[in-house]
Amino acid sequence: MLKVRHYSVIISILIALVLQIIPLPIQVDIYRPDWVLIVLSYWTMALPHRVNVGVAFMTGIAMDILLGTALGIHSIALSLSVYTLTANYQRLRNYSVWQQAIIIGVISALYHVVLFWVQHLLTGIPFQLSYLWPVVSSMLLWPWIFWLLRKARRQFSIN
Amino acid sequence: MDTIFTRGPSLNIRLILALVMSVALIIADTRFDMFQSSRVYMNSLMSPLQYLANLPSVLLNVSAQRLTSHEDLVDENQRLTNQVLLMSERMQRFDVLQAENDQLRALLDTPSKPGMRKKVSELMAVETSPFSQQIVLNKGALDDVYLSQSVLDDRGIVGQVSEVGTTNSRVILITDVTHAVPVRSVRNNIRFIASGTGSLDELLLEHVPHSVDVEVGDMLVTSGLGHVFPEGYPVAQVSKVTRDESRPFAIVVAKPVARLDRLRYLLLLWPEGTDDPQEIDAVTEDEASVEDAN
Repeated sequence: MLKVRHYSVIISILIALVLQIIPLPIQVDIYRPDWVLIVLSYWTMALPHRVNVGVAFMTGIAMDILLGTALGIHSIALSLSVYTLTANYQRLRNYSVWQQAIIIGVISALYHVVLFWVQHLLTGIPFQLSYLWPVVSSMLLWPWIFWLLRKARRQFSIN
Repeated sequence: MDTIFTRGPSLNIRLILALVMSVALIIADTRFDMFQSSRVYMNSLMSPLQYLANLPSVLLNVSAQRLTSHEDLVDENQRLTNQVLLMSERMQRFDVLQAENDQLRALLDTPSKPGMRKKVSELMAVETSPFSQQIVLNKGALDDVYLSQSVLDDRGIVGQVSEVGTTNSRVILITDVTHAVPVRSVRNNIRFIASGTGSLDELLLEHVPHSVDVEVGDMLVTSGLGHVFPEGYPVAQVSKVTRDESRPFAIVVAKPVARLDRLRYLLLLWPEGTDDPQEIDAVTEDEASVEDAN
């Protein structure tokens, strides 16, 4: 039990990384929620002294390697999103789950806009509105992940 | 638990550190290519996660194979037998043509074109975000895969190897926005550059003057210029030509012939001369390695 307690944050992030790269049919792929961002957001709000910008940066590097993008692109986007959450965690904790879902939507939009912006500087791709579908799916996913991770956190009394 | 007073450097400093490091990494990676060699190790480090992510589809495939009905297998067998028959008929003609071509080339004093070594590999992961279109194959440095090697499917060019890992490698598709392939039209040998647009079924021919003879339906094959792709493999078919005189160039759109959205087995090519005559690789259960006899 001691082991699970110590490594649960890392294990949940690894699971999120796998879900982020799992092959999906191309029609469904554009709706893939931001698993990594959601899991990081939960831990940032729950344990801001343990999970904050540093963990986000490392996770971003891992995502860059897995997705084959230039190193640093996902780490910029994740660091900025997690910073916004960490700076306001005391306020966000008091919101209801549905209000938090809207905040997650805003954060996810920020994440995707930063991703697009950096890649636009590097390759000059045009913007399409379909890049923002994950914002909607992440919002819908948030209550379930919140409930699941909170249960895990209380079960293993992680703090 | 003390969460009001943060420990270590303050949050703002951490953010600034993370941003500065990220920007430094991006610049080092894109402008100076400093991670070309270390990417192999990083990819190998992360490959367990990729295998894990690939597990559900592997399991589905295995169970689908177990549960295939007898009739389906008979049907498939029938179809494949027919295909082999047709193919071997074409092969007979091909051998004669090849010999004839070699003789003609000998008459003209030009070197005859050597064959290629090929190997079948399987798709491991697809990463087609709008920003970058890449796939991961299950062959790597251990199988002699090298950087910017050509990758094909059963219809045409798919892309080129952009990163090599120990047991897997990353392939950038021809439709990636940062990729372009030199092609020529089969009908009249006019040369073009076909660059990716970021959508899987579109290539754009760049800088085509209005007067150039290009029509919808023209087949484009690799021209061999640029020394990345071998000559003569099909790439795309022209699907739309817009000649708007108010623009400096005609807009020519082509559709890739390779089925980039449903890749499964892919072919890696080794140009002859870079390797010694290879043994025919053992045919294992789910992968067949093919050696070209030419």
